[in-house]
Amino acid sequence: MPKATTASSAKTATVSGKGKREKPGDAASSRLSREQLLDLYYWMRLTRTLEERLVALYRQTKVVGGLFRSLGQEADAVGSAYALERRDILSPLIRNLGAMLVKGATPVEILKQYMAKGDSPTRGRELNIHFGDTERGFIGQISPLGDMVPVMAGVTLTFKMRREDRVGLVYIGDGATSTGAFHEGINFAAVQKCPLVVIVENNGYAYSTPTWKQTAARQFVDKAIGYGVPGEQADGNDVLAVYDVTKRAVDRARRGEGVTLIELLTYRRKGHAEHDNQSYVPDGEIERWERENDPITRYHTRLIEEFEFSPADVDGVDDRVRREVDGATDVAEQSGLPEALDALTGVYADPPVQPALWYRVGASSVVDVHERPEGWGVYSAKGDKS
Amino acid sequence: MAEITYLEAIREALFEEMERDQNVFCLGEDIGKYGGAFKVTEGLLDTFGESRVIDSPISEIGIVGAAAGAAHMGMRPVVEMQFIDFIANAYDILTNYVATARYRAFLPCPMVVRGPSGGYVRGGPFHSQNPEAGFIHTPGLKVVYPSTAEDAKGLMKAAIRDDDCVLFFEHKYLYRRIKAEMPAGDHVVPIGKARVAREGRDLSIITYAATVWKALDAAEQLEKEDGLLVEVIDLRSLAPLDDEAIQATVRKTNRALVVHEDTRTGGIAGEITARINESSFAWLDAPVLRVTAHDVPLPYAPSLEDFVLPQTADIVRAARALAAY
Repeated sequence: MPKATTASSAKTATVSGKGKREKPGDAASSRLSREQLLDLYYWMRLTRTLEERLVALYRQTKVVGGLFRSLGQEADAVGSAYALERRDILSPLIRNLGAMLVKGATPVEILKQYMAKGDSPTRGRELNIHFGDTERGFIGQISPLGDMVPVMAGVTLTFKMRREDRVGLVYIGDGATSTGAFHEGINFAAVQKCPLVVIVENNGYAYSTPTWKQTAARQFVDKAIGYGVPGEQADGNDVLAVYDVTKRAVDRARRGEGVTLIELLTYRRKGHAEHDNQSYVPDGEIERWERENDPITRYHTRLIEEFEFSPADVDGVDDRVRREVDGATDVAEQSGLPEALDALTGVYADPPVQPALWYRVGASSVVDVHERPEGWGVYSAKGDKS
Repeated sequence: MAEITYLEAIREALFEEMERDQNVFCLGEDIGKYGGAFKVTEGLLDTFGESRVIDSPISEIGIVGAAAGAAHMGMRPVVEMQFIDFIANAYDILTNYVATARYRAFLPCPMVVRGPSGGYVRGGPFHSQNPEAGFIHTPGLKVVYPSTAEDAKGLMKAAIRDDDCVLFFEHKYLYRRIKAEMPAGDHVVPIGKARVAREGRDLSIITYAATVWKALDAAEQLEKEDGLLVEVIDLRSLAPLDDEAIQATVRKTNRALVVHEDTRTGGIAGEITARINESSFAWLDAPVLRVTAHDVPLPYAPSLEDFVLPQTADIVRAARALAAY
């Protein structure tokens, strides 16, 4: 059962003798300006408020597909992405909305994606936060887990080949470390000394599967040894610790020292997706993490107690976020669904359009009728038809 | 100009494209110092260096995925599968990631995955496969499978220049068995265009890769022994298929025999037959017939392999049945 981890229990791995934790005054986070410290809070709060808005829209059936939360993992996504430069590229996972926001994805884009709008980033082709923009520095994930590791190995191989001063970051869940793609991707990147940071987000569960059913390794950071790369572990719910550990890895990559594997210890407080009732989670576990180790609450306290921000400064951020999400919702709701024929464009550069099948030509009205075959019903678990 | 083999033609295309475009690079297992299991990439390392001719770990997912990432960044990677059979390991990343990248994410993925394919070489179940059908079924991928040295070169150049992912199947039986003089200049064969390998009027054989040569032998025999003038269409590209060429030959001869080395069920012959049925039923004087491999894994022993794979005699027999219908 995952414990509510605190900064003191997360430790720096000693793999390859690298990645030693700095003295407090040496940490990169100690050089963040007051504006940047508040910025980190803004991105975490924006992540949570935006997701809460999505839950409301989901319950209003305005979200077309499933809804994925990163509740309790906001520090992990925001702190790590914040360690990158604008020119760097990351590949997020489903619980890295915060990383995408830091990289320039906008709330309007996220809302339109979830609502399958025609002017959403993928024009209604992909779901949720599966989208990217190489200009802003994020590449959209796909659902088969692990695949983004080799892809980001190739992105960063290109940085190396072109001698560009750029770094890549790829997230992988505790569950997806079991895939072949993860292994092949990180191994290839390690051999090629690609400037790539691999962050294993250990949030306790892969869908319903706890980490102890996922691996016999004592901890995920131990996998670094097998790939011959430095490994570090950090408290994923401490945004400054996440920033620091990622910054060290980014700096190593930038110096040409190749791959680092980071394990961030965090906890997934919601189910795999909104439909998941988390019946497999032991009683009290979620509540304990919420009470003792919420990343936003922890950072809020630190901002006031350690960095001496006034409560009004911090609350001002909350107000700003609420206004922004309200405004974004108004904008996003106005857009319509994509034009049906757009489905046939852009499979290839050449030819740019696939022909419509003959029985659809001149029959576009079929998309306005949501067919329901006579024989279909909705059956309960007991088999009753309604 | 001297004649060169099918294998040398592919190598020549790689050399010319790497010379032409700094973004082209090769990635694969044992392709550098060793020059590849069949020596297709021999000499590339000496000319272009280790950063553009990369010896990779044994990682088909890893190298195909890395190629995709590099392609997003503007590179044009050419990935070698040591044997095309191993492309099955990369099936997920090719079909789920690469093939959908442009459509779902507007990410260009200009890359080539190439490898020695096909049987008739006593290679057994894992060094003889023709796995093209699974990829033809995936929107977003292009598939080519040349039968001549000229096309091997010209299609490779087209594949490298294409803005999407092209799977380039090379028939290993043909590697060192056929030769041709290369057309002068920048020889590029467009993807998606079939070739009339032999003109005829009595029936059409639609095929590709090694069986083009068996079909030509069969056509020769049928002309001599039966007086039949057989047209042979070499598809060259399997995705996209050249519907125009298929229709033209069927409407000309009114009889079609589809031949491939791949296994029968779910093979591309079924797709071609369906398209002929949809487009040219009224022109047909006989049902479309197929000559294919049997639906078994490809066995090793000569007597077994020769029985399983389509042979010239099978084509002759099927063509006679078709002509007599």
